[in-house]
Amino acid sequence: MRILATSLLAFVVWLIVTWSFDPVSLAAGVTIAAAIAWAFRRVEMGEVRYLLSPVRLFWALVFVPVLFAYIVRSNLDVAYRIVHPRLPIRPGITRARTSLRSIPGRTLLANSITLTPGTMSVDLVGDVLYVHRIWLPADDPDGDTERGLAPFERLIRRIFE
Amino acid sequence: MIDFGSPRETVAFVLLALGVGFDLLGCIGLVRLPDVYNRLQAGTKCVTLGTFLLLLGVVVRFGLGGMGWKALLCIWFIAMTSPTSAHAIARAAHRSGVPLAAGSVLDRYREAGEARAAEPAGGGREEGAAP
Repeated sequence: MRILATSLLAFVVWLIVTWSFDPVSLAAGVTIAAAIAWAFRRVEMGEVRYLLSPVRLFWALVFVPVLFAYIVRSNLDVAYRIVHPRLPIRPGITRARTSLRSIPGRTLLANSITLTPGTMSVDLVGDVLYVHRIWLPADDPDGDTERGLAPFERLIRRIFE
Repeated sequence: MIDFGSPRETVAFVLLALGVGFDLLGCIGLVRLPDVYNRLQAGTKCVTLGTFLLLLGVVVRFGLGGMGWKALLCIWFIAMTSPTSAHAIARAAHRSGVPLAAGSVLDRYREAGEARAAEPAGGGREEGAAP
């Protein structure tokens, strides 16, 4: 089942990359997709099949523009700090607990953190995320990071949990 | 040449220009910021957004044909791999003892590492749990 799903995905990527519907190309695509799926058969991908549910898919589609808005905002913030003559940074690594349990959910959360406001996921140990931030608030930096994660967690929970 | 009479070309041009701008800012950040961790921040933010905008410019310019879908696929791959590699580099740097820049105010990760080292074996993270 998993091999089938992976090869289907690999075949779609093949179609996009080759952009050819020539029978020889399609046959090569099927063969290579199957070979790739077989080679990666032992890689645990978590409960990705959740995405077959339309409600979850809907929230995944909502997530994309929300994340993009955060990415743009974070970039303006980081860009401002980079071009500022005095380089106003107060960097450090904070700790934040996540309530997400699923593997894809946590992966998505960690990746989203890295893509947004001056923050970067360094590691996840148990359910504690270590987040490097370019600007830490003076009081309660850990709590501030955790509050920053909350909107992402709410959306991701609707997608994966 | 760019045909500014065509809205499509103009939007594509603006996206490309913004993309190059953010990529440039990312490179400036890479040079100006202190330590590995802050530089990774510049690398994973300005550069990814810059590249996203460049690729979106391609999608707008060429439409959702062979070229456009490839550009979208690239956006997906960058969105997945750029944070993953930043995490791997930051974690590896921290574990091999690369210090945070002077002026850093907090390092919870080091504190956690020290707490783990103080515990008897087996009390820490599950080493080697991931393939």
